[in-house]
Amino acid sequence: MRYIEPHAHMVSRVTDDYVEMVTAGCQAVCEPAFWAGFDRSSVHGFYDYFCQLTEHEPKRAAKFGLAHFCWLCLNPKESEDVKLADEVLAIIPQFLDRPTVLGIGEIGLNKNSRNEMTVLEKHIDLAARHDQMILVHTPHLEDKLKGTRLILDALKSDQRIQPERVIIDHVEEHTVQLVLDAGFWAGMTLYPESKCTPARAIDIVEVYGNERIWMNSACDWGVSIPLAVPKTALEMRRRGHSAEAIDKLIYQNPLKFLSQCSKFKLTL
Amino acid sequence: MTRQQVTDLYFMEARSKLIDLAAFLDRVERAEGEEDFRVKAFRQALGELSKKAPGKARKALLTFSDPTIKPIAKATTKAACGAWPGTKSANSGKAGGFPRCLQNVKSPV
Repeated sequence: MRYIEPHAHMVSRVTDDYVEMVTAGCQAVCEPAFWAGFDRSSVHGFYDYFCQLTEHEPKRAAKFGLAHFCWLCLNPKESEDVKLADEVLAIIPQFLDRPTVLGIGEIGLNKNSRNEMTVLEKHIDLAARHDQMILVHTPHLEDKLKGTRLILDALKSDQRIQPERVIIDHVEEHTVQLVLDAGFWAGMTLYPESKCTPARAIDIVEVYGNERIWMNSACDWGVSIPLAVPKTALEMRRRGHSAEAIDKLIYQNPLKFLSQCSKFKLTL
Repeated sequence: MTRQQVTDLYFMEARSKLIDLAAFLDRVERAEGEEDFRVKAFRQALGELSKKAPGKARKALLTFSDPTIKPIAKATTKAACGAWPGTKSANSGKAGGFPRCLQNVKSPV
């Protein structure tokens, strides 16, 4: 089995996770910028975090034979503070040319507030001005449907944005059709309690098709499973999906999307 | 897969989850106090499961979802609680949209 982990917060994981992912067939890991579990006190905290994502973590992953890429932004959970967001957005361009930066993400919404919308629009503008791909986080639980609608409206209202270069993550049964119908890529996150279980993710593929869709573990410092993607592949096999169908979903699809960024290479 | 194969593969797991749901409701009903909006939404979602129409997971998710379309004025918490409170403040776009009593509810990241 081979797969790409397109969404994982490896700075929160231990080296054993890298070993197990590589052992399971992981060819590359992509790490969107994330909330630390607490609010960073200033732009300096983000500067250090972006250095960690673009310098330290690729080296750590390389020790285990894994290519590591990242996305940069201020996460929606910290978007209520627009002044801080402006400061963070101002330092992002100096990182965009680094060799493992794929684009802007994971931007989006958390509680669907006006300030979050303002910061989302600023991120979209930043991505458009610098010709960057976008990875979008959609809100949790009861906020997901509304947030997904607001995000789609914001993206579609900016004529510079090409939907095929945007992945909207954490879709579930009530949002996946909205995302695919609008021409965007859809990401399914495999979590033990919230978002999608492996069985539900496979259901979604069986109902909505396997084009413009991927699966990820989004493993971080919370309850999450770094091997969720290969474990879901095993579940697909149990259901009788072919090796080709599994490979398309967990390897070829993320490869197709991510390869739109010329910096995405599977060799170290 | 045939319907029989799907049943063979997933029945025991689904049965276990169903009994867990039943036990959860028994637990809630044994406890003192008023039922909050999350349990009401939960019961509404359960109602979707006994209908014969397809899309049960989608419809269950919709019963928990905020149906409004305007951004709220301000996020007063980072957490989600699993069901839309349906409060006036959430509808009007005023700050919050999240019950004060649930400010410390554990939320996924």
